[in-house]
Amino acid sequence: MAKKQSHSMRKKRLAGDIVTYVFLVLVSIIWLIPFFWLIMQSFRDGKGQFISTFLPEKYTFNNYKALFTEFNVMNFPRMFLNTLFVASCTCVISTFFVLSVSYCTSRLKWKLRKPYMNMAMILNLFPGFMSMVAVYFILKALGMTEGKMIPWALIIVFSAGAGSNFYVMKGYMDTIPKALDEAAALDGCTRWQIFTKITLPLSKPMIVYQIITSFMGPWVDFVFAKVIVRTEAKYFTVSIGLWSMLEKEYVDTWFVRFCAGAVLVSIPVAILFIITQKFYQEAMSGSVKG
Amino acid sequence: MSNPLAKTTQSCSLGSALKNGGPLIWLSCLIMGLGNMVCGQLIKGILFLAIEAGVFCFLLSPGGGLYWISMLPSLGWREQQKVWNEEKFVYEYVAGDQSQLILLYGIASLCIIALLILVWRASVRSGYQAMCLKKSGRPVPGIVDDIKSLFDENIHKLLMALPTVCLAIFTILPLIYMMSMAFTNYSKEGDHLVLFDWVGLSNFFAIFDSGSVIGKQFGSVLVWTLVWAFFATFLNFFLGTFMAIIINRPSIRLKGLWRGCLSMTIAVPQFVSLLVMRSMLQPTGIINQMLMDASLIRGDMPLPFLTNATWARVLVIVVNLWVGIPYTIMQVTGVLQNIPAEQYESAKIDGAGVVKQFLHITMPYMLFVLTPYLITQFTGNINNFNVIYLLTRGEPLRVGNSAGDTDLLVTWLYKLSVDQQKYNLAAVIGIFTFVVLAVVSLVTYRSTGSYKDEEGFR
Repeated sequence: MAKKQSHSMRKKRLAGDIVTYVFLVLVSIIWLIPFFWLIMQSFRDGKGQFISTFLPEKYTFNNYKALFTEFNVMNFPRMFLNTLFVASCTCVISTFFVLSVSYCTSRLKWKLRKPYMNMAMILNLFPGFMSMVAVYFILKALGMTEGKMIPWALIIVFSAGAGSNFYVMKGYMDTIPKALDEAAALDGCTRWQIFTKITLPLSKPMIVYQIITSFMGPWVDFVFAKVIVRTEAKYFTVSIGLWSMLEKEYVDTWFVRFCAGAVLVSIPVAILFIITQKFYQEAMSGSVKG
Repeated sequence: MSNPLAKTTQSCSLGSALKNGGPLIWLSCLIMGLGNMVCGQLIKGILFLAIEAGVFCFLLSPGGGLYWISMLPSLGWREQQKVWNEEKFVYEYVAGDQSQLILLYGIASLCIIALLILVWRASVRSGYQAMCLKKSGRPVPGIVDDIKSLFDENIHKLLMALPTVCLAIFTILPLIYMMSMAFTNYSKEGDHLVLFDWVGLSNFFAIFDSGSVIGKQFGSVLVWTLVWAFFATFLNFFLGTFMAIIINRPSIRLKGLWRGCLSMTIAVPQFVSLLVMRSMLQPTGIINQMLMDASLIRGDMPLPFLTNATWARVLVIVVNLWVGIPYTIMQVTGVLQNIPAEQYESAKIDGAGVVKQFLHITMPYMLFVLTPYLITQFTGNINNFNVIYLLTRGEPLRVGNSAGDTDLLVTWLYKLSVDQQKYNLAAVIGIFTFVVLAVVSLVTYRSTGSYKDEEGFR
């Protein structure tokens, strides 16, 4: 009797497993089909956005080649370099801002600490686009919306708000035992030394996470960039470039190239994302182990 | 034992400085930094004085701060004019007022005055402090000591300076500027793009008046925003939890692979994945093509994914699941592993099935732990610009409306300001969105543990 029951239970579990596996495979296929289609389209030989077959009829490598050889309408390598430059500067500045602010709010006691934290939280509640037009006017008043200053304007736009996005980092620094700071202070460390020699090294996984996240910002944002750059094609970032490849006047020729460009941008961004996840999980397991 | 980190210098209030300071401090209320200079802090005093001089130069110079502030009440009235130049025999253009610049510079000047008052307060206090130290015969810290202190007990001043300045110029100032636009008629409507005036609360009345054209749209956009945020948040949460539990089944292998496949939608930038989706869902897009080829639908009647209001609304919620479920899985997986296993075992002994276990153990636990997460998701969805704008651009658009059927408050705000240049209405909507979000999140955030007891786990 007991044996029979366990047998039927095992059968039941096996059936459950099979159903689960089938379900998971189906879901994964649904999840991945758009990306598969995108990759296939990037190798399609031909023009136009709409075709009648799921898989291309003819394959070619020309879409990728065109991105790096035809510069008369869109200069993809330059967009790539623009974004790389903006992203590198942004990640340095905003990481510095986030580290400073989170160290001060997490480890130090000062009079305006709570007001500052509340203010930052309130600021984060405003829809970002609300102030976008005003930011453009301010940058214009500073003479930063023309010519060579545009990349710097973008850097400011992407990194200036970092002072209010410190909550994750602060939460992490909160887990570093205060006793370490006190011990160092007894040994005669100044707070600057505590910051650079104790807090920063202990926050390494979170700093890596922060660096990569802020590096990815300019690659994935297109709304702010579009307002600042407008139609100055010379200073396009990849996201605006790819977006404008789908504008009505370009889409017919450029759709397949959009696909190729999208693949080229997605690969590094996806890799970086996977790395951030690794460091994020490491960070979540605590600052000081044992 | 005293805390070794408590090395803050004692400071005194402005009131006591004014009361006990005597003539020197009163004089340094007018000439900032005088107190410091007399008491041996020469460089610090000169810095204070330089700031004062600089600000006054800025305010008093022609076309400087005071001019802009004086223009604020009227926001300008001079139009651009052609003037006949007798000497050169040509018409010359005389620049008119630009209300938008007046508003911006005026607000900036007011902010600078506010800053000056702060610096003034600091200078009076620091002068008084230096005087007290000198009177009591203790050494007065020189500039070197001050700079040293910036790396030790005053390190927050050093580290917070730049981030705060950037925040003030590029976040707070623009917000004040945009908010003040809500009280003007700065709009393409009625040709008020160059010169505009204060109109009080009339924009608010127009938007909240359910009889007017804009009021009706506002009502429907608001309702849709809330409906969207509700479904997007809770469907994501329940289905994501479901997926996480399935992947977490002990007998399932390759857990990383399944999670990895699903996470592709997060890893790939949204403007790529959502634009691809948009292209696939067009009336002549690949999905309709495939359905036609399979003779599931008639060739001349493609499914109106993005062109029918109801279809489009359901669709954005479904596509949002595609993007959002992986986020939930990432969040939930960790929490699931923390549910005490004894609870499940005792439930099994009591004869509870899988469904009952889920409803009575898993769900309550998850809801308890993840409530703050759900709230941030809800507010995030109210502000979810990308999914809507990239997928449908707020369309389908009805004739005569400025808001499409899938427009959220934020996408409508974006369209109103960037495309249609009705800045005043956009500002009102922004303020309204903020109020909704602020009420929801401040109330809930303040009741979470991480705010109340920040040091709980140190």
